[in-house]
Amino acid sequence: MADNKIEIRNLYKVFGDNPKTKMQHVHAGVSKQELLDQHGHVLGLRDINIKVRSKRIQVIMGLSGSGKSTLIRHINRLIEPTEGEVIVDGEDVLSMSTEGLRDFRRHKASMVFQRFGLLPHRTVTQNVAYGLTIQGIGEGEAGERSQRWIDRVGLSGFEQHFPAQLSGGMQQRVGLARALATDAEILLMDEAFSALDPLIRTDMQNILLDLQEELHKTIVFITHDLDEALRIGDEIAILRDGEVIQQGDPQSIIMRPADDYIADFIKDINRGRVLEVRSVMEKMTRATGPKMSTTTPLEDALQQLLNAGKDSGAVVGDNGKTLGRISMKNAIAAMARPDRDEEGPRYK
Amino acid sequence: MDLFGEFPELGRGDLRDFKKAIDAGFRSFSRAYGDELEAFFDPLLQFMIWFERLLINSPWPIILVVLAGLAWLGSRSWKLVTGSVICFAIIGYFGMWENTMATLAIISVATFICIGLGIPLGIWMAKSNRVQAIITPILDVMQTIPSFVYLIPVVMLLGIGKVPGLIAVCIYAVPPIVRLTNLGIRLVDEEVLEAADAFGANYKQRLWGVQIPLALPNIFAGVNQTIMMALAMVVIASMIGVRGLGVPVLQAVSNQYLALGLMNGLAIVAIAIIFDRISQKYGQRLQAYRKGNGNG
Repeated sequence: MADNKIEIRNLYKVFGDNPKTKMQHVHAGVSKQELLDQHGHVLGLRDINIKVRSKRIQVIMGLSGSGKSTLIRHINRLIEPTEGEVIVDGEDVLSMSTEGLRDFRRHKASMVFQRFGLLPHRTVTQNVAYGLTIQGIGEGEAGERSQRWIDRVGLSGFEQHFPAQLSGGMQQRVGLARALATDAEILLMDEAFSALDPLIRTDMQNILLDLQEELHKTIVFITHDLDEALRIGDEIAILRDGEVIQQGDPQSIIMRPADDYIADFIKDINRGRVLEVRSVMEKMTRATGPKMSTTTPLEDALQQLLNAGKDSGAVVGDNGKTLGRISMKNAIAAMARPDRDEEGPRYK
Repeated sequence: MDLFGEFPELGRGDLRDFKKAIDAGFRSFSRAYGDELEAFFDPLLQFMIWFERLLINSPWPIILVVLAGLAWLGSRSWKLVTGSVICFAIIGYFGMWENTMATLAIISVATFICIGLGIPLGIWMAKSNRVQAIITPILDVMQTIPSFVYLIPVVMLLGIGKVPGLIAVCIYAVPPIVRLTNLGIRLVDEEVLEAADAFGANYKQRLWGVQIPLALPNIFAGVNQTIMMALAMVVIASMIGVRGLGVPVLQAVSNQYLALGLMNGLAIVAIAIIFDRISQKYGQRLQAYRKGNGNG
């Protein structure tokens, strides 16, 4: 695909005293554990290749220790890789000069942090304006430009508060507004909502999705929460032990998990709500029954079929053309958990 | 050979020659450069004389008003302002006004010098682990070596008077501010620094916009400690000719004047407490932003 905003190519990160010298072992294929036991180095990332499409939300998901926070810090080079390339808009971030990198961070990519990373001695307005003041814009103008984003994330009235006076959710709104205020095209979000309680988290996800509809940023979003990944991700890459084990859009990951690890990971999600009819439909140009759009969740589709008293429905595109047929049987089959385990069902 | 009976020490003659060589070396150094050093410190001496005269010769009500004003600026507490004024009034009433002003003069100058040297040094230490590894033991020495020991070379070089006294006070009082500046900067939250980096802050913006402001409470604790330690040196400084509350204390010690010693000693304590409370209050006000108001 031509429209790649960020391209990560053959990226390796080894932590330790002398990582470069250990690369031969890594290329020779020693495992993470062997590298640690025999060479005293920690393998952070191994051969990462991810293409992030412009104006989409790329989720990188993994459990703690999988290397996801390390990976996102390579995009704006807060961490130097041991080997590999990070190309943004055709330019290699890793070959940028100090000046160039500073410019890149000021104008092109901004970041939202898990524990907010706000400046405790600055007010909400000053925090949101931080990126602008760093660019050399005066406090006055920076404050004015920030106001729009403060209003946009719903913090009007709290301009003069200090971060410690706000709840976690509100602090992260400040973090989000700060990242948006620089008008950077790329938004890096490192477990941005993980520290928030579930209701606030859903709230923040809504704010982000609303903003994205209007702003069309390229967003790299790190999370350990599958529901969150499925909810906001256009594309998902799953990371384990520093390696990407599957990437694709949420539908394809749920329909065709690459291995047992991922199958296990997705076994508890509500498939009826996440899967959409486009993943299950049989392609054909003529179909009868109730019409529904390609992105209708299966549980809604079933409801519509039940209401209409039909066994199957027609899936239509945005232009009203029939694209396929969704049958009740296929929908139900897709909602049943795929059982990859030979030994028997994994019910409690 | 009685190896275990007596410690195998350097011969008596060798030891004497060794000490003599050091003494002679230092003496010739001070003979060669003493005048230059004195000339170098002359502006400082002139300033100290001017400042001391200013404090002593100004009418006492003006000094009291200025002190009260400073106390208010620092603490924003009427209680502390009133307390300080009463203390100074009592000190004056008991005839210690002039000595107190002399002490205030040297303490203020010493504190400013310590801040001026200590904070940049602390920043440098925070920036580099190697610098920290070199400076820390030096600070340890400065804090633990008996003051009389470093009085010797200072007096040999500069004689007795205000400047050597000031240097002695600074050697003793500068370590806490260096240490606490270093510590304060090193304790700044990693994620806040990472955020500053991620938004493209350069070294200056990082230092002045994030590290120093967030280290201020610690730096200020260092200033407070420096003032306290400078006050503790008042009596020792008076032994090499620094005027102030230390002089009568020294007299009292050698002549067994209990009342004189107590009065001047307590005056030092009173000044110490006033400075301590005011600077602590100021330090607390610096971190007012850390307090939530029950919103979170």
